[in-house]
Amino acid sequence: MSESLIIEATINGFRRSFEVAVHHTLLDVLRDQLGLTGTKECCVVGECGACSVIVDGRPMNSCLMLAVEVDGAEVTTVEGLALGDGHLSPLQGAFLDAGAAQCGFCIPGQLIAAQALLDRIPHPTIDEIHEAMAGNLCRCAGYEQIAKAVQAAAEAANS
Amino acid sequence: MKTFEYARPSTVAEAVALLEQHGPDAELLAGGTDLVIEMRNAWKVPKVVIDLKRIDELRPAIRENGQWISISSTTVMTDIAEDARIQKYFPALVESAVVVGSVQIRARATLAGNICNGSPAADTAPPLLIYRAVVAIAGPAGRHKIPIDDFIVGPGKVALGRGELVTGIELPIPRQPIGAAYTRLTRRRGTDLASITLCCSVEEGGVARIAYGSVGPRAVLVEDSSGVLADPGAPDERKSEILDEVFADASPSLRSMRASPDYRRAMLRVLGARALQTAIDRFGDAS
Repeated sequence: MSESLIIEATINGFRRSFEVAVHHTLLDVLRDQLGLTGTKECCVVGECGACSVIVDGRPMNSCLMLAVEVDGAEVTTVEGLALGDGHLSPLQGAFLDAGAAQCGFCIPGQLIAAQALLDRIPHPTIDEIHEAMAGNLCRCAGYEQIAKAVQAAAEAANS
Repeated sequence: MKTFEYARPSTVAEAVALLEQHGPDAELLAGGTDLVIEMRNAWKVPKVVIDLKRIDELRPAIRENGQWISISSTTVMTDIAEDARIQKYFPALVESAVVVGSVQIRARATLAGNICNGSPAADTAPPLLIYRAVVAIAGPAGRHKIPIDDFIVGPGKVALGRGELVTGIELPIPRQPIGAAYTRLTRRRGTDLASITLCCSVEEGGVARIAYGSVGPRAVLVEDSSGVLADPGAPDERKSEILDEVFADASPSLRSMRASPDYRRAMLRVLGARALQTAIDRFGDAS
């Protein structure tokens, strides 16, 4: 037992080993320790989805997890979505094209939830999109454009 | 959040020893969707946090032995919703698991945590009551199992003694046809606690069972063996009289911000009648 621990995790494709305080959330560590500030802090009770990251293939609220819990896991943050050459991913491009980002604060979480959905269901129905994105709030109320962007990304992958 | 000692036992015995040693100063961590919030808000300030997710014995998450399905205490809602065996035998449990929180919450929140948290609004409590679930407990004195109806005590309270933890929740595979359905009332779709949770089953011999929660200190189970509720042809007035008795024990909180007592009582009748009809239809399909 200890109050800090060295953990190993794959963050956006890179295996990293680093020490974390056991009472720090994954969100704290991503933003303040690893400098991955794309992941946003907002409600900190698991209702808004702004802090969403993909852990071992599933979207989760990083505000509700201790960083030590991802020891050995694979974590993808919004910074990990862009392609290796620095270009936007097809999903990110679709968000831009659809005008899905207004103030933009919720968009990292929206992208993560959408990417996790498309990884699981490459061609989701509109109902599946709504269900998969129900944990991500947008106070600009850009839901229509966000859902359209997800649909467009799925269709583009088809062609 | 205040700091604490973090323990990651690899056996149940180790976890029990830590729990016994630290008593009320220790908290168990499974999904953490409640605990992390409680610690951040300093509602709980444990000295030791015991993470159960590295215990080998609690994997695989879901096991079947022909007569029982065992769901280990670190099994998350998404695992339950996606499991073909649970979909087949316990569809109403799936219906309750898929409405908890959001996709992100369901990937993290555990079935055992939903029950052990002791919330009167726990979505999975009514279907577990309906399906006669049994809670497997490990403690300093050894292992034992108790029916879910005896395990759930009241708000924030379950039948666990010092040093005891839940290792799993076990469900007997129904031997006779059964039709069951879960429904709930919320203010909005998604990421909301229920104002009513309700599960209904219809079984052989005209037995209907209704379990409902969020309208009193804990979810309750009522059985009707008159045959009236289970009878597709029984007149609505007769059913209505019996549903009045079934819901007589509801005591919704006067102080809840989610719904008034009158509204909850009125909606109990509506949800009860709807779930009963779905259960009757499913029983017809199953038998």
